Parts: sequence; structure tokens; C-alpha cells
Amino acid sequence: MRFIDEFRNSGMAKGIVREIEKLADGLNLRIMEICGGHTHTIYRYGLHDVLPTNIELVHGPGCPVCVLPMGRVDDAITIAQKDGVILTTFGDMMRVPGSKGSLIEAQSYGADVRMVYSPLDALKIALQNPDLKVVFFAIGFETTSPSTAVTLIKAKEMGVSNFFVFCNHVLVVPAIRALLDSPETQIDGFIGPGHVTTVIGSKAWEFIPAEYGKGIVISGFEPLDMLQAIYMLVKQLVDGDPKVDVQYTRAVRPEGNMKAKALMERVFELRETFEWRGLGWIEKSALKLKQEFAKFDAELHFDLPNRQVSDPRVCQCGAVLRGAIFPWECRVFGTACTPETPIGACMVSSEGACAAVYQYGRYSRKVRELLHQKS
Amino acid sequence: MCLAVPAQVVEIVDQDNQIAKVDIGGVKRNISVALVDDVKVGDWVLVHVGFAIQKVDEEEAERTLEFLRQLGQPYEDELRAISQSEV
Ligand code: SF4
Repeated sequence: MRFIDEFRNSGMAKGIVREIEKLADGLNLRIMEICGGHTHTIYRYGLHDVLPTNIELVHGPGCPVCVLPMGRVDDAITIAQKDGVILTTFGDMMRVPGSKGSLIEAQSYGADVRMVYSPLDALKIALQNPDLKVVFFAIGFETTSPSTAVTLIKAKEMGVSNFFVFCNHVLVVPAIRALLDSPETQIDGFIGPGHVTTVIGSKAWEFIPAEYGKGIVISGFEPLDMLQAIYMLVKQLVDGDPKVDVQYTRAVRPEGNMKAKALMERVFELRETFEWRGLGWIEKSALKLKQEFAKFDAELHFDLPNRQVSDPRVCQCGAVLRGAIFPWECRVFGTACTPETPIGACMVSSEGACAAVYQYGRYSRKVRELLHQKS
Repeated sequence: MCLAVPAQVVEIVDQDNQIAKVDIGGVKRNISVALVDDVKVGDWVLVHVGFAIQKVDEEEAERTLEFLRQLGQPYEDELRAISQSEV
């Protein structure tokens, strides 16, 4: 953990923290980091420990694996269990519990489930297995959906007929809008996701200051990036000047990646509505394949149960994803629910808040104290 | 899976299909460059699920790589996944 100490003791980190302390003096601020990657940086480097206690970091819904409701996992398992099907998906998805187990369990009962790194790998498996149907269980925000779009275009150009996509791509902006519209939300400002914003562009966030009067700073993933972004956000709040600021200027442009956006546009259209774990049904918050790509659409090709399944009663992932509770406030955190025996998706995914706190929280003074109080 | 890892383009393998070979933490892999314009040998790109999603400059790439190396496990997992990929 040498580098964590190095980071905390670095003059740069100390200097920014001192400035934040001075600026935020006398205020109580709740800042939400939208992206699960940021949640990890916070716990890994103990950022919540170095920040003054009047600044609270609240974790947001930016983990694509975590926000997928159980019914969709069940649908994927149904596909995987059909004869002559290979179901492919990202590693993070394999252990996420559905109502009757996970994909990895389905695999152990004989379903052909394969982990892939890229949607292109899934297409390749389809080409290698012309007698089987190969389905890519696609998840992810706008960082990932352009890749699925390119893969589908390629499949179409090649005339592949045994490749399908079970599309679960979601959009980050409608989710944040839904959060902002909820009376439960007490957030003063946001740390915006760096990689999603390289695609959608910082302009996509203009609605936050314009319609909700709150600020957002798009941040990189290093601890110093995040401290700097927090400083920029606190400055906006203190100055009473909420806006869209970009700390991660090295990769983010106002208009984003036009090419990626155009490719998404070509392949996907908005769903009327989509269910999110914790946030419920949100209008126009997810993507489906356009008519032109209908023959690749797993939802049209396979008969799916398409059932709505609520999370197990003990699971509080929904509240964690809305930033309504901290992971350690969940009744089963660290006891019945651990990365080895996950009850909820937030403990499975490498971007889940529960996993982050469980993995690194033990280095944190604040988390140790709170867990101690709980037991 | 939300990690984007910097990689340097070492060869344009297939101009028509927009496939380039990159050096990613010492591993050489083919990736798709369909999402970014005019990728040239020597360019640095951020790679996510087998696709370049953005060009970055060398300084940014170095900085991110240093961060990822510190991150340890997630970075190693990502590299392992990349090296098993067949793109
Ligand atoms: S501890 Fe487990 S059950 Fe509780 S919110 Fe986190 S992932 Fe869900």
C-alpha cells in the first residue's frame, strides 16, 4: 500500500485538500460520483478519509452490471439454457445473481456460457460455430454501446445469420435526471464520468446546471484528478455558479466522440422505458436495436420470460445505487453478503460500491468506525 | 469492465476493416479503430472492450499507465482478458 501513503503524503494532494477545507468551511456538502470507477478510486486511495468531514461523497448508479434488474439476468439464463445456443458476455456479468442463480451456475448445469472481452470476440465465436446460435449479452453505458454497434454493422456486412445481441445498453443521462427528480435525492453537485463523457461529450451534461441549478465536474480516474475535480466543484458551489466543468480535459471534448455517436445512432433507438435496479422504470433510458438490425435482436428471436423480479428482501442494492444509503448500512454487508457469496449485484461487479468498500474499506478509518458501530 | 487502458498503435493491420495492432502493457493485440478517425502508427489510444474509444497524447497515456499499474489486480485482470481476446 506504499503508493497510497505516497499519494496521501504528496504535497500536491495535501495542498488541494487544504484548499478544499478552506473553501468548504462552514458548509455541509453532498457530492455524488456517478461512475463506479470513481467509487473505486475513492476507497482504494481513501479519499473520503483525507477530505474534511463536512464533505460527503455519495455513490451513484454508474455501474452497468449493478443497475440491471434480476429479470434481465433471468432472461439471459433462459437464452443460455436453450439447445444449440452459446451465450457470451463480459466477465463481470457471470456471477450476478438472477432469481434462480447466476450465469456461472447455469454453466455448471451444462449451459454453454462463455466470457468474452469484446463483442467482436462474440462475433468471432459465431463465425467459428455456424451450426449454433451465438448470443452476446450486451451491457454497459455509452462507453460500451458504440462497440456493440460496430460489431452489429460488421455482422450485417458479413451476412452472419447465427449471431444475436441481447441488448441491455443503458444511458447515463436519463438515470441522473431520474435521480434529480426524486425527492429523496439531496445532492449538491456531481463528479461526472470521464470515459462515458469522452463519448457523449461534456455538453450532454448542460441540463444539470440549466434545469436543476447544480454543478458537475467531469473527472479523470486518478486520485489527484478526483481531488482536483472536487475542488472545482466546491468552488462552483461556493461561488454560487453551477456549471459543467471538465477536469479530464485530456480526453473529454464538448461534443464527445462524433463518430461513436453516429454509429450508435445508426444501430440503436431508444426504448420507450426500461427498468433499472433501484431507480425503477425510466423513460427513454435504454437502447434497443433498430428495425434494420432486427434479425440480430435476441429479444425478437427467442421466447423470453420477460418477468419483473424484485430483489431479495434483504438486499438493499437499490438504495445503494440511489445513494440513499452507504454500502455498510446494508444489513447483510460483510456478513451474509461478501464478494465470495454475493447477494446483490453491487457486491459482484468490479465497479460495484459494495465491492469497493468491502475490498478497500478496511484501510479506511471512517468505514472501520462505522462498521464497528454497526456490529 | 469500465476500464479504458492506454495502448500504442504499432501497425495498421487492415485499413478496410479498421483493425490495428497495439501494444498494450507489453501485450500485442489487434483492436478495432472503427470509433476514431485517422489512427496512425505511433498514436496512443484508450482501449475499451477491444475498441479504441479516444486518442490521447503520450503524456496522458504514461500517466494513466502508471495509475493502472498501481491499481494492480483490476489492471492485471484487464490485461489477462485482453490477451485472451481473439479480435
Ligand atoms: S451488501 Fe450485498 S445485498 Fe447489501 S446492498 Fe450491497 S450488494 Fe446489495
